[in-house]
This record gives sequence, C-alpha cells and structure tokens, in this order.
Amino acid sequence: MQKSSRLAIYALIELATDPDRQVTVSEIGDKYRVSAHHLAKVMHTLGRAGLVRSIRGVGGGYSFCGNAKRTTLLDVINLFEDTSNDCKLADPSKATMPEWALFDVTSEINDIANATLGSITLATMLKQIERRRHSDKHQTRVQASA
Amino acid sequence: MTDHDHSSSAVISEGMTIRRAKASDLSQIVALDEKVTTIAKPDYWQDIFERYATRRLDERMFLVAEAQEYKPDFPVLGYIVGEIRGWEFGSEPCGWIFAFSVEPGTRERGVGEKLFEAISDEFKAAGIRSMRTMVARQNQLHMAFFRSEGMVAGTYIQLEKELDD
Repeated sequence: MQKSSRLAIYALIELATDPDRQVTVSEIGDKYRVSAHHLAKVMHTLGRAGLVRSIRGVGGGYSFCGNAKRTTLLDVINLFEDTSNDCKLADPSKATMPEWALFDVTSEINDIANATLGSITLATMLKQIERRRHSDKHQTRVQASA
Repeated sequence: MTDHDHSSSAVISEGMTIRRAKASDLSQIVALDEKVTTIAKPDYWQDIFERYATRRLDERMFLVAEAQEYKPDFPVLGYIVGEIRGWEFGSEPCGWIFAFSVEPGTRERGVGEKLFEAISDEFKAAGIRSMRTMVARQNQLHMAFFRSEGMVAGTYIQLEKELDD
C-alpha cells in the first residue's frame, strides 16, 4: 500500500471518529508524523471524492462528510493507486510462460487482498480500534495486578 | 413499529426476539431466502430444519429474529444457522455459521447483529472459543457484515480445483 493511501485512511479514521469536529492538516500531520504538504494533497483528493469537506477561516479545518458504513478501505486506496491485476504484468504481449505463471500467483494474492480491503469499512475500522483499545486496557490491568 | 417504518434507519430492538426456529417459521424462511437468492428451495430448508432445529440441539443452532409488532404479517426478519464442528483437518471444535440472512428492508438496523450475538453466546455457552464461516470473495455484503462483527481471516485457507471432464 502506498504512503498516500495509508495517510488517507489515517486521516479519514481521525475525522470519522467525530464527524462534527474540524481538524487541521497540521494536527493530523503532527499525529502521524508526516509533512503537512504531503497530507494537504491527500486531503484535496479526499475532498474531491466527497469524503471530507474543508472549512476555511479561524477554527477551520477538515471534517468527515462521507458514509463510514459504506466507504471501504479499497474505495479509499483506489483513489490513490491502481489495485487491479492489470498492472502486475509489464508487457503481456511478450510475457513468457514463467511470467504468466507468476502473474497468476500474484493475481490470486491480489484478489484476496482486494476482497479483504473491500469488505472493511471505516465504521468497521473504528470498531476494531475500540476493540484494540479495550484489549490493551484489559492487558494493562492484568499486568498491573500480576 | 409498523410496516410503514421501513425507510427508517432506527435500530429494531423493541419487540424483537431471537429464538430457535419453529416449523411454522419455515415458509417465511423459504420466502426470505428466495427473495435474497431468487431461488426457492423448500426441500433444502425442510431438510436443514429437520437436521438443525430438531436434533442434537446442544450443538446445532437454527435461530430466527422475530418482530411480531414490527411486521405482524411476516415477523421473521432474519435467520442464522450454525453448529459445533470438531476435528476437521485437526481443528479443535469450533462454531460454524453456514447460513445467514436478513430481510433486505430491515438491514443495517441491528437484526443481523442480534442474530450474530445470539449464536456467539450459544457457542460460548457450549464451551467453544472460536467461530468460523466461509464467504465468497465477491459477496461483499456478508464479508462486510462478518468483518464488522470482528471476524478476521482465520488459520485455514480454503482451496479448490476445477475437475476435468
């Protein structure tokens, strides 16, 4: 997964956690240790896709305006990179049998990855974060009592 | 709630019960399955009912979600069927879900979640620690649902082969 896709997912999770909240690019950049310049480009793409809206002026920033239950990780990644199998073989007209065989294997892996990414919505990611937080707290309590 | 509330997105919780399937539910289950898959399978469901709702009920679960007040003429809003399977390919006994559906007009309103929770509770009560299911890659509806309930890729990979003529 490319860096822009990862950043987009982090930013969307950040914003979808509280859709009423406006968050600036620099706040998200600081949290995920990335340049505001790179993140600004990512946010622009998300804005064009109708997933975030920008509010200008004092107290402005970005807020989530998509549907967290309907937006999958694959939807987001597809905004930034080609996830199809088409790009996995450089020149099909000249490909040899070993190249086709390896293409078949990488396509199989890619299909499974896409099926997984296409089934995980932003809402599911928020639930997963909650479960992880809950599990971490539980482990901390267990360690403290040991 | 009434039939007129179908456009609402509110969670259906009041008046909805999750219970074991009864013979009188079969016609609604067949109709719901036909609505979703476009294929009527009365013989299949009769067989599933006999095997999973009448015998070895401590390890076989055929559950339905019923909301009499919400939909008096068609109260079965969904079903889930599963069983405890053990020692297939060396696997410790685990809960298997092999059939699941929710009335399309009432999806995303908590019906599936309640069914999933109920069968999870039944598996847990039977001493089971994990549950599995198998979903077609293209079936994003079921994949997304099971993911949202916390299911992830398991320790087994499904393999298949086209058989030559």
